[in-house]
Amino acid sequence: MSTPNVGTTETMTFAKAVNTALAEELRRDPTVFIMGEDVAEAGTPFKVLSGLVDEFGTERVIDTPISEAGFTGVGVGAAMTGMRPVVDIMFGDFLTLIMDQVVNQAAKIHYMSGGKLHVPLTIRTTLGATRRSAAQHSQSLHAWVSHIPGLKVALPSTPADAKGLMKAAIRDDNPVIIFEDKLSFQEKGEVPTSEDFVLPLGVADIKREGRDVTLIATSSMVQVALEAAKTLASDGIEAEVVDPRTTSPLDDATLIESAKKTGRCIVIDEGHRRYGASAEIAAVVSDGAFWWLDAPVRRLAAMDVPIPFAPNLEDLTVPTPADVVSEAVTLINP
Amino acid sequence: MTPPKTTTPKKPWTRAAALRAYEQMMRIRVFEEHANDLYLSAKMPGLTHMYTGQEAVAVGICEHLTADDTITSTHRGHGHCVAKGAAYPEMFAELLGREAGYCRGKGGSMHIADQENGNLGANAIVGGSAGIATGSGFSAKARGNGDVSVCFFGEGALGQGLLFEVMNMAQLWKLPVIYVCENNMYNEYTHYSEVTAGEILGRPQAFGMRTAHVNGQDINEVHTTAKDLIDRARKGEGPAFMLCDTYRYHGHHVGDIARDYYRSKDEEEEWKSTRDPINLFTAWLTSNFKITEDDLASIEAQIRSEAEQAVDFALNAPYPDDSEVDQHVYA
Ligand SMILES: Cc1ncc(C[n+]2csc(CCOP(=O)(O)OP(=O)(O)O)c2C)c(N)n1
Ligand SMILES: [Mg+2]
Repeated sequence: MSTPNVGTTETMTFAKAVNTALAEELRRDPTVFIMGEDVAEAGTPFKVLSGLVDEFGTERVIDTPISEAGFTGVGVGAAMTGMRPVVDIMFGDFLTLIMDQVVNQAAKIHYMSGGKLHVPLTIRTTLGATRRSAAQHSQSLHAWVSHIPGLKVALPSTPADAKGLMKAAIRDDNPVIIFEDKLSFQEKGEVPTSEDFVLPLGVADIKREGRDVTLIATSSMVQVALEAAKTLASDGIEAEVVDPRTTSPLDDATLIESAKKTGRCIVIDEGHRRYGASAEIAAVVSDGAFWWLDAPVRRLAAMDVPIPFAPNLEDLTVPTPADVVSEAVTLINP
Repeated sequence: MTPPKTTTPKKPWTRAAALRAYEQMMRIRVFEEHANDLYLSAKMPGLTHMYTGQEAVAVGICEHLTADDTITSTHRGHGHCVAKGAAYPEMFAELLGREAGYCRGKGGSMHIADQENGNLGANAIVGGSAGIATGSGFSAKARGNGDVSVCFFGEGALGQGLLFEVMNMAQLWKLPVIYVCENNMYNEYTHYSEVTAGEILGRPQAFGMRTAHVNGQDINEVHTTAKDLIDRARKGEGPAFMLCDTYRYHGHHVGDIARDYYRSKDEEEEWKSTRDPINLFTAWLTSNFKITEDDLASIEAQIRSEAEQAVDFALNAPYPDDSEVDQHVYA
C-alpha cells in the first residue's frame, strides 16, 4: 500500500478504524457531532460506532427519529452555521430518501450563493451486496451522487483508507459522502495511529503494482481484484490494482497513467453496470490512454437486476475474483 | 377564508421602530414594483415570484431578529430578504444575474442568500429549507448563543413530509426555530383547501408545539405575536408554529396574468382595498403617533430614489466573467 509518511501503525478492523477516526475528530473539534438512527447506545446495527456515546455523550452522538430526509436537512443547516455534522444513513439504499437534501440543497448551496455559504457535511453510509439482505438493503448507489457537482464521494477499501478518508471528509469544507462496504467491517489491516493521518480526497492509490493489466477497482471490489491478481500471478500475469478511493473528485491522471503502462484495463465496481461508476471510469481511461491501449477497456459491475434474495442468484449479480481472472486472461490472450 | 379578528395591542412599537417597520414594508413593495417592470420590459432573465401583499409577515417578524439570527426563505423570497436587511443594489444585481449581486449572479431571484445578515437563502424546492432552518436552530442551541432561526414557507409546504420530520425533531430537542406558514391560500394555481385535509394548526399541535394564528395583514398583530414566540425560543423553551393568513396580489409568478380560472378579480380587489398591510399600518400610524401622510410620503420618496439608483446600477453592472462558470463548485 502506497500511503506516504504513515509513522506507527496498529492492526485493527475496518469498523474500528472508522470508530477511531470519528472519536479523534470528535475530540479534536467541538463542532463535530454525529446524528442518525441508533447511533448512540446501539452504536448502529453494525456496531461501528460502539462506545462513542460513552465518551462524547448524547449531545454529540445523537439518536434521531427515523426521518432520513429530516435529519440530513438538519445536518445541512447545522453545517451552514458553523458545525461539522456527520450524518449516519444506516443503509446506502436510503439515499433515495435524502436525495433532495443532498442534491438540491447541500451540493448547490456553495455555488448558488456565489461562494459565500459552506456546507462542511459528512454523510456516512454503506454499499455492497452478498449479505442476503435482498433488494432494498444491498445496493451500491455511489454513482448517483458522484454525478452531482458540488459533492465529493469517498469509497474506502481498507481500514487505513477508512480512517484517512473519514478524517478528510470531516475536515473538508464540502459535503462528502462516504460509502463503507458492509462486508469490510470485520476486515483487518494496518492503520496509522497518527491523529493527523488524513488522506487527500481525489488521490488514487496503487494497491498492487503490475505491468500486464490494470485492474481499477472500487470499495468492495478492491479485495476481489487483489485476489484475482494473486491467481493471475501464478499464471505469470502481473496485474496492477488501482483504487481511485474517491469517485468525485476522480484522479484521472493516475488511472490513465497505469492504463498507459499496462496497455490493458478492466474496471470493477459494485454499482450497476448501466450508467454506473464503471462506465465513467472506463470512458476516462479510454479517452486518456487510447493510443497506448492494446484492447478496449472492459467493465465488470453488478448485473442490471434488483439484488435477489436467493443466495445462488445474489452471487451471480456481483463480480467475483474468477470473473476478473477470466476477463483478464481473455483480454491478454484474445 | 375569514381572517381572525384583529387583537391589536395599543402600542407595540416606539415611534422610531414603527417608522422603520413602515419603511421596511415600503422597501419590499417598491423593490417588487421595479422587479415587475424589469420583467415586463424583458430586462430580467427568467421569472420571479412577487411577495407584494404579504409584507407585514416578513417585516413584523424580522424586526425582532438580529443579524446573528437566521432565516430561510422560499421562491417568493424578496420580502424576507429585504426584511432581513438586504441592500437594494446587490439584490437588483442578483435579480439581473450580475456579478455585483449577492450571489455573484449565480443564484438569481429564487436563491438570494445574504449570509452577513443571517439570510441562509431562498429555496426553490417547496418546503426544502425546513431542514436548513431546523439545523440552524440546532447549531444555535449547541452553541448556547440564544440565536433563533425562522423558517418561512407557504401553505403549499404542508404537503411535504420533510416539514413534519423536522418539526418533530425541533420539538423533541427544544430547538429555537419559528415555523412561519404564510397561508396566501394558493399552491400555485390551486386553492389550498382543495389539497389540505384537516386543520393546519392541528399538525404542529400534534407534536405538542406552541402555535399561534394571526391576521398576516396586520403588522401589529404579527409583530406582537412573534415577540412572544421568539422570546420563548431564545430562552430555550422550544419551537413555535405561526400561521399567518395573507394574500399575494400578483399571480403565482410575474407571468401568471390570466388567472380568473382559479381566483376572481373581486377577491383580489377585496384584499387590496380592505386588507392592504401598508394601508392598514398607515392608518394606525397616523392615528397613534404624530405622524402625517407627508412624513410617510417622504420616506417613500427616499426609497423610490434609492430603488431607481440601484436598478440603474444593476442594469449597468457586468455579468460574471465566463471564467466564473466553474468557480465555487467546491469550497
Ligand atoms: C418540491 C416542489 N414541488 C413543486 C414545485 C413547483 N412549485 C413552485 S411554487 C409552488 C406552489 C407553492 O405554494 P406555497 O407553498 O403555498 O407558496 P406560495 O407560492 O403560495 O408562496 C409549486 C407547486 C417546487 N418548486 N418544489
Ligand atoms: Mg401559497
